[in-house]
Amino acid sequence: MEAKTADFKYVYDRPKSLVDVPTHYCPGCGHGIVHKILAEVIDELGIRDDTIIVAPVGCSVLLYNYIDVDGCEAAHGRAPAVATGLKRVHKDKVVISYQGDGDLLAIGTGEAIHVANRGENITTIFMNNAIYGMTGGQMAPTTMENQITKTTPYGRDTSDVGFPIRGCELVNTLESPVFIERCAVYDVKHVLKTKRAIKKGLQNQIEGKGYSFIEVLSMCPTNWGISPVKSAEWVKEVMEPYYRLGNFRDL
Amino acid sequence: MHEEIIVAGFGGQGVIMAGKLLCLAAMKEGKHVSHIPSYGAEMRGGTANCSVVISDNPIGSPVVPHPTIVVAMNGPSMRKFEPRLKKGGLLLYNSSLIDFKPERDDIEVIAIKANDIAEDEGSKMAANMAAIGRLQAVKPELVSLDNIIDALKIAVSKRNQKHNEVNIKVLKRANSITA
Amino acid sequence: MSDQILMKGNEAVGEAAIIAGCRYYFAYPITPQNEIPAYMAKRLPEVGGTFLQAESELAAINMVFGASAAGARAMTSSSSPGISLKQEGISYIAGAELPCVIVDMMRGGPGLGNIAGSQADYFQATRGGGNGDYRVLVIAPASVQELADMTVKAFDLADQYSIPVMILGDGFLGQMSEPFTLPKPSGKNFKKPWALTGAKGRKPNIIASMRLTPEDLLEKHNLKLQKTYQEIEANEVMYESYLLDDAEYVIVAYGTSARISRSAITELRKEGIKAGLFRPLTLWPYPYKELKAVSERAKKVLTVEMSLGQMVEDVRLAVQDDAKIDFYGRTGGMLPVSEEIIRKVRSYGG
Repeated sequence: MEAKTADFKYVYDRPKSLVDVPTHYCPGCGHGIVHKILAEVIDELGIRDDTIIVAPVGCSVLLYNYIDVDGCEAAHGRAPAVATGLKRVHKDKVVISYQGDGDLLAIGTGEAIHVANRGENITTIFMNNAIYGMTGGQMAPTTMENQITKTTPYGRDTSDVGFPIRGCELVNTLESPVFIERCAVYDVKHVLKTKRAIKKGLQNQIEGKGYSFIEVLSMCPTNWGISPVKSAEWVKEVMEPYYRLGNFRDL
Repeated sequence: MHEEIIVAGFGGQGVIMAGKLLCLAAMKEGKHVSHIPSYGAEMRGGTANCSVVISDNPIGSPVVPHPTIVVAMNGPSMRKFEPRLKKGGLLLYNSSLIDFKPERDDIEVIAIKANDIAEDEGSKMAANMAAIGRLQAVKPELVSLDNIIDALKIAVSKRNQKHNEVNIKVLKRANSITA
Repeated sequence: MSDQILMKGNEAVGEAAIIAGCRYYFAYPITPQNEIPAYMAKRLPEVGGTFLQAESELAAINMVFGASAAGARAMTSSSSPGISLKQEGISYIAGAELPCVIVDMMRGGPGLGNIAGSQADYFQATRGGGNGDYRVLVIAPASVQELADMTVKAFDLADQYSIPVMILGDGFLGQMSEPFTLPKPSGKNFKKPWALTGAKGRKPNIIASMRLTPEDLLEKHNLKLQKTYQEIEANEVMYESYLLDDAEYVIVAYGTSARISRSAITELRKEGIKAGLFRPLTLWPYPYKELKAVSERAKKVLTVEMSLGQMVEDVRLAVQDDAKIDFYGRTGGMLPVSEEIIRKVRSYGG
């Protein structure tokens, strides 16, 4: 990688903070994209030495194998509590809780709401792919109405299990958060927007402003049972109308 | 010497503090002491009590099911704890607020107009001091009056230290009653 | 005598934790241990520490996980039903080999039970309520002085072995005030090269309990944990003997039950009955060998508990002679009665 010649200019390289290992994520999965842009942002902000990430239970449980910073596991749903403990001890470090939809809006709803309500000076990256990936495709709190999953074989019946929960809107009812934005990663334009939102969330933390919440609509081709290309379209056509993209708060 | 004491009354009468005061004074004399308040749901409904053990020997249970001394500051407390007293035990009750007589004849009974004495000396809040002062006179082996007065410095919160002058007056007055 | 102060057991635990250098405390209110959070809320800001009332027991124990992972001395406290909720986090802390101190002021159960003191958490404390092959070092003090002293020691043991240590008290111990002397800090300093501090100038530190491959990783990890546990079993057993040298009748009890048993023994001795007390101070590791030795000289071994028979299972394991074993327990917030202990022991004589 070091060999450069006068004829070629480096325009793209692996982010320094992204570890050079084979990925365990499926083709078309959104986690890899978000890991990469997170690593880019860590490089750009020069915070590799000061960052601690908290990985959730879910497909991204191995997050700490990919990002070259101090990392910590958390029990399912408890990443915000673990992140709170870390941040209270190291007020000068950048603490990120990375969570999936089951983690944040089902088993860990209490922790998710209260970390935001305290205005804990951390950054949450919330990956919403409308399904439980790691356990093999069960209903998530964010599963779409009528969406078929392993545990909604006849489609999500909202009269039985309620409607998909909107994370950003829920967090937006609270006074303390300083930044709330919903993004997507189904095309380059949106990936870049997501990167800007993550960067803003981390900058807020560095400036000591308080809690930032970035929701990312993501793809799970394997458990959705469709191709990566179709998955990207599904986010745009099915998820996006229900989960409005955009900024909800930027203080 | 081994006494198991219950101090009981309604909230605000300072029964927990009266128990603490006895403990702090007895500590100074090198005695073994323990204090445990009624707590949680038991506290609701406006009544409060604490169990105090003062002994020459190490204390087993801090909880006192059958006291040797009961200090009852109001009617409900006397109704509740008189039956639990050990035979030959002492019942000291606040006759300013309790207008009925104890029922048992196998115990020692002493009435004290605690509220009247306290009010007379300047503060009806000091009725607990009247009871403790009288108790000391009846059971001098428990703890000395000087040590009780000395313990006020720790037992009373900073905010209420200003009342200690009255507290001491009430303690001494009740202590000097000759029945 | 002069440096003695009068404090509730709960408050003494709080002050002792601060003396031990604990600056991070997370908890959720529950009776009968509410004086601990109240004390910490007041005192920790005075010493530059952090008190945080968590939204749940689950959150509290996981905040402890985070603070401990960050390299700090951290504590949480609760009472029985709250400890049940914390068990998930305790398993993760044990799995991730993190030190912390957990205080359980036991109350009556099962379920909501009541708020009086109890010893019915022996199983969930010593057997672990969480999943997996792990141990928690459990210390059961019997006085306010011991609560304070053992809280300081608990932080050292937690750091030394990188494990969760539990102070197992009960509602009576927590609520009672007794004279005690403030403990001194041990002065021990434990290095934590594994702590998450930002990976400046080094490879990232990762704190995790997950080992996905069974053959080479998870079993290996468990064997490593077991090695630590064996070391603790060999070195950290604590117990107290009272009048055991000539004892024909051995009463085994811990915490509040031991206090009451001691009073009973004093009475029995006055009658010339040779009774003595064996009081385990660590419930895990349990003093099996020591109790075995004592029981071999005894005619009868009476276990007294504020439960209907939990520690007695360990006593059986130690004594290994069922004919010698007797049990007396009260439960649901009731205390064992000294007279009943005396009556039982008297009856052994014939």
